[in-house]
Amino acid sequence: MTALSIFFALLFYAAMAVFVVGLVCKIIQYSRTPAPLKIPTTPAPVTQTGVVLRMASEVILFASLFKSSKWTWIFGWMFHLALLLAFFRHLRYAMTPDSMLWPLVNLKLIQAAGQYGAYVMLIGLLGLFVRRIFVDRVRYISAPSDYLMLILILTIAGSGTLMSFVAHTDIVQLKAFILGLIYFDWQTLPADGLVITHLGLVALLMFIFPISKLLHAPGMFFSPTRNQIDNPREKRHISAWGKAIDDAEAKMTVD
Amino acid sequence: MADFEVPELQEIPLVPHIKEGAMAHSQPYIAKAPFQEALGFPGELVENWEEKVYEKMDDLRKRYRSFQVYLDSCVKCGACTDKCHYFLGTADPKNMPVARQDLLRKVYRSKFTFAGKFWTKLGMPWMVGAQKMDKGVLDEWYSYFHQCSQCRRCSVYCPYGIDTAEISMAAREIMDSIGVGQKYCNEILGKVFKIGNNLGLPQPALLNTLEGLEEEVEEDTGVAVKFPLDVKGADILLVTPSADFFAEPHVDGLIGYAKVFHESGISWTISSYASEAGNFGMFIGSYETMRKAAQRIRKAALDLGVKRIVFGECGHAWRVAYSFLNTLAGPWDFLDPNYPVPQHICEFTHDLIQRDKLTFDKSANDHRVMTYHDSCNVARGSRMGDKPGGQMEIPRAVIKACCNNFHDMPPETIGEATFCCGGGGGILTDDLMEIRVKGAQPRAEALKQVTENNGVTHMAAICAICKSQFTKVLPYYGFTMDQIVSVHQLVSDAIVLTKKD
Repeated sequence: MTALSIFFALLFYAAMAVFVVGLVCKIIQYSRTPAPLKIPTTPAPVTQTGVVLRMASEVILFASLFKSSKWTWIFGWMFHLALLLAFFRHLRYAMTPDSMLWPLVNLKLIQAAGQYGAYVMLIGLLGLFVRRIFVDRVRYISAPSDYLMLILILTIAGSGTLMSFVAHTDIVQLKAFILGLIYFDWQTLPADGLVITHLGLVALLMFIFPISKLLHAPGMFFSPTRNQIDNPREKRHISAWGKAIDDAEAKMTVD
Repeated sequence: MADFEVPELQEIPLVPHIKEGAMAHSQPYIAKAPFQEALGFPGELVENWEEKVYEKMDDLRKRYRSFQVYLDSCVKCGACTDKCHYFLGTADPKNMPVARQDLLRKVYRSKFTFAGKFWTKLGMPWMVGAQKMDKGVLDEWYSYFHQCSQCRRCSVYCPYGIDTAEISMAAREIMDSIGVGQKYCNEILGKVFKIGNNLGLPQPALLNTLEGLEEEVEEDTGVAVKFPLDVKGADILLVTPSADFFAEPHVDGLIGYAKVFHESGISWTISSYASEAGNFGMFIGSYETMRKAAQRIRKAALDLGVKRIVFGECGHAWRVAYSFLNTLAGPWDFLDPNYPVPQHICEFTHDLIQRDKLTFDKSANDHRVMTYHDSCNVARGSRMGDKPGGQMEIPRAVIKACCNNFHDMPPETIGEATFCCGGGGGILTDDLMEIRVKGAQPRAEALKQVTENNGVTHMAAICAICKSQFTKVLPYYGFTMDQIVSVHQLVSDAIVLTKKD
């Protein structure tokens, strides 16, 4: 057991804790904050099923972004799709062949899609980066953190792509390290520059997730303009604090 | 004519390159102390106002999910940057929706986010786009949050549905709470609470106006069309923007409603107590103020004993009516459950057309080739009829029922993509004329296209603000005032009246 392995083991526990606790806190905050008024962007669905379909078209297809800017849409969608493919591919490093999901995760299609999806991800990210620099409007609204976020994810994607296609690491040992984290049976991490870069930055990404604009992921599910049913005339919508104002006034009238 | 440069209309609308600070000088007059205090706001900038800003921001983010979620979620993707009519007309980058939001978001970040506080402590708040509240920021707020008409066009295109209107409303509410209010909105709200309408038209003046209209219509048509005021026991309470009582072309719309009511045979009345559809409480973002104005309509409906409520042609008013009235002044269980509460006058007329209850002589409108301007808050903040999108279809169906010639403007400028007239959301004041003219540029370009390609002569609208704004600003672009008409003006001109006892 090397000092590096211990450091990374602790780093990942800490990162996971911050990621999960931070995200859960944010989700609780969003769900507990009242939405006092009906503000769906219309035309909006008039049924719950309609809202689910609208939300699905936003989450899966980025429908509103598609309406807005085809370049941002194609680069953004490529990146997020590749992210999903990469996630599925990486699952094999976190489970043993006796896991229920193994046959699925080990499918040739899933593995190949995840691997070649790396290029899709890099193209998407580079596209977004170039857009941020060269479109004067987008450059104007960009803070250093916006560029750094892209650089961070690009570096994660780049180091992963290199390990996949150019300089293989000791993947068996790496998998042992990760399974060791899950089963609290720590193993040695291969002391390989690419692995350390990749994992270190993934941990950093997990740390900043709940305190950065990456909150768009949970946030979009709570967006009242997208998740509300358009039925204000049919059904009275009232928040707890709105009702308190009503009640206080009714009481004053009675007194 | 203008002490600023009027933009030239383009054949194909172009997205301009940014010009920093182009509109930084634009600020509306500040509300004087008596008007502030009448609404329960401090009369002037309070001591320790920076702290008060943070306190109010904290209060709002706990009461409005939209505010909290939208402050966190923006990824600066740029999707909204070319969508605001004020940006397209001025090229000022702070008129890009995301940049406008960031004026407030940077303060939120500096005070309420870990990243913002962290980098602020290190003396590098710009790393994450954070900035503490100071006089310069407040100045920018006052300038740029009064260059947003709360039209929601940006929210259509945002991948997370972030609505800059929500941020603008919050910013204005925060500014009101520290004593920095806008003269135009707050004076008007004062009139509503004191007299009953935005124009400060008292009951006798209103009665006089309506009697004058009765005489005028009878002279014109030979039919005694009534304009009832404060009639107890009428079936319908009509709530309409007070501009309808005398402004042009608004009043021609009011005459149209009266003729439709006349033909329907259903009794109706206007209330002098609630003689205003427009609810400026929304413009200043204050739920309590908006509620107080809405409660007047409830009281009028109860006092007059009506069975239904119908709203006249008004955009932001219809949003407040359709989306918020049930929340703010409901439940409406004392009204006839067979009709939606409230109902739009276009829904009312459309229903009669569907049931063949109205007769039109469409040739009366043959001297016009029509197009239709979707008002922003009707299109993106409300509905008409049972189906999504009815708010676009029903007004067009009404126009087509009484006009032979109709052409829509380019699809990217109507429907949910419609451009605001440039005067909505508390901007319709002479001290903001430059931003009003420049904000109307995208609509003027679309109108010019159909004028040249389809011979369109007139544009109909269903919003008091749109009508006032267009009659004032379209002449800057070479159109004439009388090219703007009310939808129910077209109805009025084509409807065949029957004599009734």
